[in-house]
Amino acid sequence: MPDRIYPSQPESVYFYGTCLVDLFYPDAGMAGIELLKREGLQVIFPQDQSCCGQPAYNSGYREEARAVVRSQLALFSKPIPIIVPSGSCASMMRNRFPDLFEGDPDESKAVALSGRVFELTEFLVHVLEVDLVDLGPPVNVTWHGSCSMQREMGLREEPRQLLQQLNQVQLTPLERERECCGFGGTFSVKLPEISSAMAKDKADDVRRTGAQILISGDCGCMMNIKGTLEQDGAPVTAKHIAQFLWERTHESG
Amino acid sequence: MSQADFRGAASVAVGDVQLRGNFRRAMDGLMEKRAAQFTDADEEGRLRALGESIRSRSLARLPELLEKLEASCKRNGIQVHWAETTADANQTVMDILKNRGARTLVKGKSMVSEEMELNHFLEAEGIEALESDLGEYIIQLAGEMPSHIVMPVIHRNTGQIAELMEQKIEGAPYTEDADELCQIARKVLREKFYRADAGVSGVNFAVAETGTLCLVENEGNGRMSTTAPRTHIAVMGIEKVVEHLQDVPPLLSLLTRSATGQHITTYFNMISSPRRPGEVDGPEEVHLVLLDNGRSRIVSDPELKATLRCIRCGACMNHCPVYTRVGGHAYQAVIPGPIGKILTPQLQGLDERGDLPFGSTLCNACVEVCPVKIPIVELLLRLRAEANSPTGDSSVKGSGAKRDKTEALLWSGWQRMHASGKLYNSLSRVLAKTGNLAPGFMPPLSGWTATRTKPRFASQTLHQLARKRGVPDE
Repeated sequence: MPDRIYPSQPESVYFYGTCLVDLFYPDAGMAGIELLKREGLQVIFPQDQSCCGQPAYNSGYREEARAVVRSQLALFSKPIPIIVPSGSCASMMRNRFPDLFEGDPDESKAVALSGRVFELTEFLVHVLEVDLVDLGPPVNVTWHGSCSMQREMGLREEPRQLLQQLNQVQLTPLERERECCGFGGTFSVKLPEISSAMAKDKADDVRRTGAQILISGDCGCMMNIKGTLEQDGAPVTAKHIAQFLWERTHESG
Repeated sequence: MSQADFRGAASVAVGDVQLRGNFRRAMDGLMEKRAAQFTDADEEGRLRALGESIRSRSLARLPELLEKLEASCKRNGIQVHWAETTADANQTVMDILKNRGARTLVKGKSMVSEEMELNHFLEAEGIEALESDLGEYIIQLAGEMPSHIVMPVIHRNTGQIAELMEQKIEGAPYTEDADELCQIARKVLREKFYRADAGVSGVNFAVAETGTLCLVENEGNGRMSTTAPRTHIAVMGIEKVVEHLQDVPPLLSLLTRSATGQHITTYFNMISSPRRPGEVDGPEEVHLVLLDNGRSRIVSDPELKATLRCIRCGACMNHCPVYTRVGGHAYQAVIPGPIGKILTPQLQGLDERGDLPFGSTLCNACVEVCPVKIPIVELLLRLRAEANSPTGDSSVKGSGAKRDKTEALLWSGWQRMHASGKLYNSLSRVLAKTGNLAPGFMPPLSGWTATRTKPRFASQTLHQLARKRGVPDE
């Protein structure tokens, strides 16, 4: 993956909530918006946004995916960055929109939009170069980077860099940090036996770190690992990195 | 044969503690060995890019290079045969054996011969075909299929192999000493090498320019199979051709380092002719059987043709979190793992194996290590779209065969909900209010809740929160 050239800090950005954040982890979405606002950015949240199309695309329903993405293209027409609190949705938008619209009348719009997509931690580190001041009590956490975040977006160090800025936070890495948690979108319900086995291994890995909180940048993985830990009664909570960073660094506690 | 079913077989395999342990240990070892071979990321990047370009260039000019290969082989005295289907290829092998009056043969390891199910075919024709690669020999004793393309018997541990050999080989004692096991097999095989009328091998690379058949191996059985008997028959898929001799070293380096983490294998054979006048050894005749079996169709698709860049190193399966948990047999295919998930459905048709492309989390671990940079995840996605194609109008065999009316309706409903901001906003609010009432025991959610708690909808959506907190809409 060629190194990306990052722009300087813009005045305003779009926020792309993603459907999982919208429905299951809205606090993570709000935290992402707050983190950006704190850096002096105007954050725009188009109310007609819905989904990046990935569920249908990954299931082989490209027409349906294209129709949904087409409805999103017009909502993000200003030439400003689009920030996504998910490695997997960011990768869909950044890496797959151009292919999905190849030869389509909307191809140029899709290509232009994909070039403006940034994953949240990527943007915080490379464009905003944030300095975080930890206000929280000591805590032991571990980090799970999604496969899309690590291998499709090439973002391995960025989340770690942010977490390491928090001086009361002890980050214990997973033993098999790079291995998939078994979520895989519809894979988790289409091949539940394999998916569960993978999730179980990942949950065991999390438990071995002794961490109190599992942090991730992708809600699908988080739901999968946390759901497994919870079923086993493990004393570990899970949090989206945006929410964790915001909760530890803003004044009103 | 009943319809192959990855999910069914995989869900049984995943519960087999012994099997999972065997694979996890073996794959961990292989990943470590590969990593030790590629410590310089720049060198790795350059070599993989070179490998990709060599293979792409070969495939771009496949018909021309195959003609060139045929001409070069003929010039060298190697007889060339073309086979459209596996049945043609088997018949060709049989005809050669008949002509030569051969009744017994020894085989070096060859995935194409597995694709042809050559052993079964020959057995029915009354020919004794003995696998001479140690791993292949063991699975032949067990009556099993290979579970890995490089290490066919990796699903068994030493104890399981010891038991099998004690049962199947007359006079063999039970021993878990790997060297002793090798010696037992070696004794049987030596005898066969001396007596076999013919030898069959695969081909790793065939050089068009020079008519050279390259064979990579570690045990020397490949060299024995191709030199000791009077007749050598090499079988290869047509995609294995490369243009120049200098194309071989980078591919060989990528192959051995990616596959077993070896800088180079113990043996590397370059076969360029039968025994020449005045030479004291080597086969009297060398035959090359070139198998298409759907490969021409794959090459005709500009995106899917990348599948055929594969040099069969197995690194994709070694690094695959799904393969590691279910093992090779669950795929019920000659070639398992990530490459098998894209190759098998294309060769056999999506009607038969349209289940395979869905058996992946799309994690990209395979893509990261593929020595010829096959975009496996993109091809899985393409094949999923082909499997569910509404028209079936495509060169991919069985396109549209997996389309399910209920699922198509669900996605069309999903589309309607998500393509309209208004509808999405009102329906997502309904979900926030009532979504948690959905019972977790109903499929497809029951697959999830068997081992995980049910995801809980938040009481307000991010859309609602953002609006309340005055986040501007445009």
